[in-house]
Amino acid sequence: MSDEPAHTHAEDMACIQVVEVVTDYLEGALPAHEARRLERHLATCPGCTEYLEQLRTIAGSLRGLTEESFPAELRDDLLADFRSLRDL
Amino acid sequence: MRRSAEGDQGLIAALADGDEQAFASLVDRHSSAMVRVAMAYVPSRAAAEEVVQETWIAVMRGIDRFEGRASLRTWVFRILVNVAMRAGARERRSIPFSALAQAEATSEPSVDPDRFLPEDHALFPGHWAIMPTRWPTPEEGLLAGETRDVVTAAIAELPAAQRTVIALRDVEGWSSEEVAKALEISAGNQRILLHRARSRVRNAIEAYYGAVEEIDYDAVTAEFVGDTPKEETDSE
Repeated sequence: MSDEPAHTHAEDMACIQVVEVVTDYLEGALPAHEARRLERHLATCPGCTEYLEQLRTIAGSLRGLTEESFPAELRDDLLADFRSLRDL
Repeated sequence: MRRSAEGDQGLIAALADGDEQAFASLVDRHSSAMVRVAMAYVPSRAAAEEVVQETWIAVMRGIDRFEGRASLRTWVFRILVNVAMRAGARERRSIPFSALAQAEATSEPSVDPDRFLPEDHALFPGHWAIMPTRWPTPEEGLLAGETRDVVTAAIAELPAAQRTVIALRDVEGWSSEEVAKALEISAGNQRILLHRARSRVRNAIEAYYGAVEEIDYDAVTAEFVGDTPKEETDSE
């Protein structure tokens, strides 16, 4: 409301709340007004801006982290099973 | 990568036709992710590999009955989850994934609460006291050098449901819908698990880099209320 003094920050999100909703924000699952509150907060908060950036970095850079391979013997067994099932 | 319905159609026809090459490529594409998911249900890597093997056999036998309502990948992982749950029950670890997911989607703080000013702080309640700073990440990204080991260890230490979700979303690159469907959890739960997992990985990387900075609130407060500092700081 406009009669609220400009310097009170009742509508502001605190950093401790920001760190709980960043994934919802990145996933586009945060309600629009919450997203706006978050963006207003980010505009003046370097700590939270960095935090968001870090989660974005994690989300975007783990592709292919583990190149664990399925054991070759098991793979060979499966292909043999596949052949015998086909040739029934 | 998401396969198009037409891509699936071709592959399904090839499998039903007994095309071994098609089957081999499917096995190669999905087996390592399947082992990861299976490990949320059974206690060992060997048991998880057995689950994957049993799943592929069920896929071979069932491909004729696949109706194409879900993607082939989603269908394969649904079978996997069912096989893994049965195996988990045999191994006396019969907690369904949804229950595991529920238990791990707790409201643990993403960041140590001591990193923030108290909620009753006069000017900056709940704001950073010790804030995160830029990571000196190598140019090649988080997966280069020692950071890779830090990330790998952090993921390995995650509780099973969180580990499974971050593996499918961020390591395998699945969409949120696909993960929720394959693991039979709600979209909301999927997000919470993903958030918990990414937060823990972030904390581990931050601890490794020591990338934090204590905020000098005396200076900030002075600036905020428009006071001049009581003492000149540069008068030594």
